[in-house]
Amino acid sequence: MSKHVSRLLLVVALLVSALGGLTVAAQDDCNFVGEVPIGVIASLTGDRPKVGQSTVEAAEMVVEEINAQCGLQIDGENYEVVILVEDSESKGESAVAAATRLIVDEEVIAIIGPQASVEAVPAGQVANDRETPMISPWSTNPATTLDRPWVFRAAFLDPFQGPVVAGFAQEEFGVTTAAVLYDIASDYPKGLAENFRDAAEASGIEIVAFESFTTGDTDFSSQLTNIIRANPDVIFTPQYYNEVPLIVQQARELGYEGPILGSDSWGTPDLLDLCGDACNGLFFSTHYAPDIATDVAQTFISNYEELYGAKPDDVAALTYDAFQLLFTAIRDANSLDRADVRDALAAIELYEGVTGVMSFDEQGDPVKCAVIIKIVDGAFTYYDSACPAGFPPEDAGEPAATATPAS
Amino acid sequence: MDLSFLQQFINALQLGSLYALVALGYSMVYGVLLLINFAHGDIFMFGAFLGVFCSMTLKLPFVPTLLLSMILTALLGMTIERVAYKPLRHASRLSVVITALGVGLLLENGMLALTGADPRNYPEEFLVTTVYNIGGLSISNVKIIIIVLAFVLFLGLYLIVQRTKWGMAMRAISYDKFAVPLMGVSQNQIIALTFALGTALAAAGGILWGVAFPVLNPYMGMRVGWKAFIAAVVGGIGDVRGAFLGGLLLGFVEIFVVELGQYVGISSTWRDPIAFALLLIILVVRPTGLFGVARRQKV
Repeated sequence: MSKHVSRLLLVVALLVSALGGLTVAAQDDCNFVGEVPIGVIASLTGDRPKVGQSTVEAAEMVVEEINAQCGLQIDGENYEVVILVEDSESKGESAVAAATRLIVDEEVIAIIGPQASVEAVPAGQVANDRETPMISPWSTNPATTLDRPWVFRAAFLDPFQGPVVAGFAQEEFGVTTAAVLYDIASDYPKGLAENFRDAAEASGIEIVAFESFTTGDTDFSSQLTNIIRANPDVIFTPQYYNEVPLIVQQARELGYEGPILGSDSWGTPDLLDLCGDACNGLFFSTHYAPDIATDVAQTFISNYEELYGAKPDDVAALTYDAFQLLFTAIRDANSLDRADVRDALAAIELYEGVTGVMSFDEQGDPVKCAVIIKIVDGAFTYYDSACPAGFPPEDAGEPAATATPAS
Repeated sequence: MDLSFLQQFINALQLGSLYALVALGYSMVYGVLLLINFAHGDIFMFGAFLGVFCSMTLKLPFVPTLLLSMILTALLGMTIERVAYKPLRHASRLSVVITALGVGLLLENGMLALTGADPRNYPEEFLVTTVYNIGGLSISNVKIIIIVLAFVLFLGLYLIVQRTKWGMAMRAISYDKFAVPLMGVSQNQIIALTFALGTALAAAGGILWGVAFPVLNPYMGMRVGWKAFIAAVVGGIGDVRGAFLGGLLLGFVEIFVVELGQYVGISSTWRDPIAFALLLIILVVRPTGLFGVARRQKV
C-alpha cells in the first residue's frame, strides 16, 4: 500500500513540476488552512457490497490525488479534502439516515452517493430538503434528480440508451427492421425495450416483433421462433448476464445469424464465462469501457490498477468523475458555501472525465456520450462512442459522434 | 402449414421432454408413498450440479458424466428417503410434506454454500452444438439428444415397472401397501428402489436441462420442480405414463400459447396465465388427471 502511495505521489509530483516548473510539493508543505468535508454514502454491507467497495476505493484514490496537489484552493488558500464514509446497508431507509447524519452532524459541503436508485431516490429527497448538493454517480432512475435542484448524477438515464442503440444499429448495420425480446416483469428491461421501440420507430426502423417473457424463464425458443419468422435485421435484448447467454445461444440454434444488441446490463464479466464463443462479435451500450482510449481514462485506469490490483468497474469510474465534478464546482465557486457549490455544479459547461465529456441539463442529469462495447475473443472491447445530437460541441475534441438521436 | 409451426413443434418436444423426465419422479414417489416429494426439484438441481462437477473437475465426457451423475443422485435420493422420510413412515402426511420442503431447502442452500451464487455452465467441449438446417428447419444435435434420451429413459422405466418383478412389487405397493409385506416383499427395498429410479431420472433431466439452458444456479430446481409437479398432477399423479404425457403436454401448451397467440393478437406476456388456465380446465374436467382413473393401479 505505502509503496503504491509513494509511487503515486511521485507521479503527481513529477506532473506538477513538469507542468508549472514548480518545486516538488509534498503534502506537508501545503499549509492547509481548513478542511473540505465531503460525505460519501456507500453500500458497504447488504446486497451490494461490491458496489460499496468500488465507491470507497475510488473515493479514497481521488481524495489522495487532490490532497497531493495541496487540496482545493479557495482565495489562494489550501484546503484539505476529507471524506466521511457512511454505510447505506444497501437500504433506502439507511441511506436516508446516513444523508441526514452527514448533513446535520458532520456539516459536509456535499454528498457523493448513494449509488443504487433504491438508495439514491430517498437520500436525494433529504439532500434537496436540506439544501445540500448531492451527486449520485451510478443511479439511473429519473426520480433521483427529477425536480430536485440540489441533486445531480454522473450516469446517463435508462431512457437514453434506447435511442443510442437504435442509432448505432442504423449507422453500423443499416438496419431497417428490428425485433425486441425482453423481460416484462422487470422494470429496467421493460423500460429500455419500450424506449428502444419508440426511438427505432421514430428513426424509421420497423419493429417487426416485440416479444416478452417473465423473470426466471430459461426457454425462449417459442418467442425466438416468432422473432425469426418476422425476419428482423437486428435483435435488441436489454437483459441481464444470466439471461443473455441463453437468448443468444437459442437464437443461434434456431438459425438466426444477424446481430444481437444489448444495454449496460450486459456488462458483467460473468457474461463472458457463461456465453463463450456465442457472444463474440455482439455489441452493447454502457457507461464506460475499461480500455477506453482517452488520456484521462488511461491515467485513471492505470493508477487504480496499481493501487487496488484490479481494473476499475463502472461504479468506480463514475464515482471518480462525480468527485472531479464536485472539485471543479468548488474551484469555480471559489467558496465553501453549499448554495455557491450547487450553482457552480449546475453551471459546469464541459467537463472531461473518465467516462467521457459531460455537462448537466436543467434536471441535474448529465449530457454525455454512451460507450459501445464489442465482445471480441471473450473480452469487452471499446468500439465506439455514441453521443446525443450536437454533443459534444465541435471544439471539444472528443471521439466523433456516431449515433445521432437523443430525445 | 408454415415452417415455423414445425419449428415450434420441435421446441415444444424439447421443453416437454425435460419437464417429463422430472415429472416421472414426482409421480413414482407419490405412487408408492402418497408423498408429494417437494425436494424433487432440488434433487434435479443437484443432478445438474453433479454434472458440472464431473465435467469440469473430473473432465469426463458427456455419457460418463450422465451415468455417474445419475448413479450418485440415485444414492442421494435413497439416502434422503432413509434419513428423512423413513422415520416418518407412520407420521401424518403433513409432517412428511413439511420434511420434504425442508430437505429441498437444505439441498438448495447447501449447494449455495458449496458453490456460491454465481451461475455455472458445462465446458464448451462437453456437448458441442451442431445446428442442422433441414429445408429451413433448424434442429440442433442437442435437441435431438434430449428428445431421444427422454423417450428412451421413459421406455426403460416403463418396461421396468410393467415387466419386472420389482416393477410388479412397486405397482402392488401402490395398490395395497398393507397386503404386500404379508406376501414376503420388502416394502423398504421397493421404496428405496422407487426413489433411486425417480431421482436418477431427475438427474438425467438436470444434466439435459443444463445442456439446453446452460446457466445453472442453486435455485433452478424450484421453478422446474413446480412445473413438473403440475405436469405430474395433470397427467394423473401416480401413473408413469400420465407423468410423461403431462410433461410433454405442459411443454406444448407453453410453446403453442406463444405460437398461436400471435394469430389472435395475444402477446407472449400471456404465456403463463393461459398455459396454466388450460391445465386448470383439464383438471376441472378430469380431477384425477389424464391417467388418474379412480382406484387405478398406481406407479
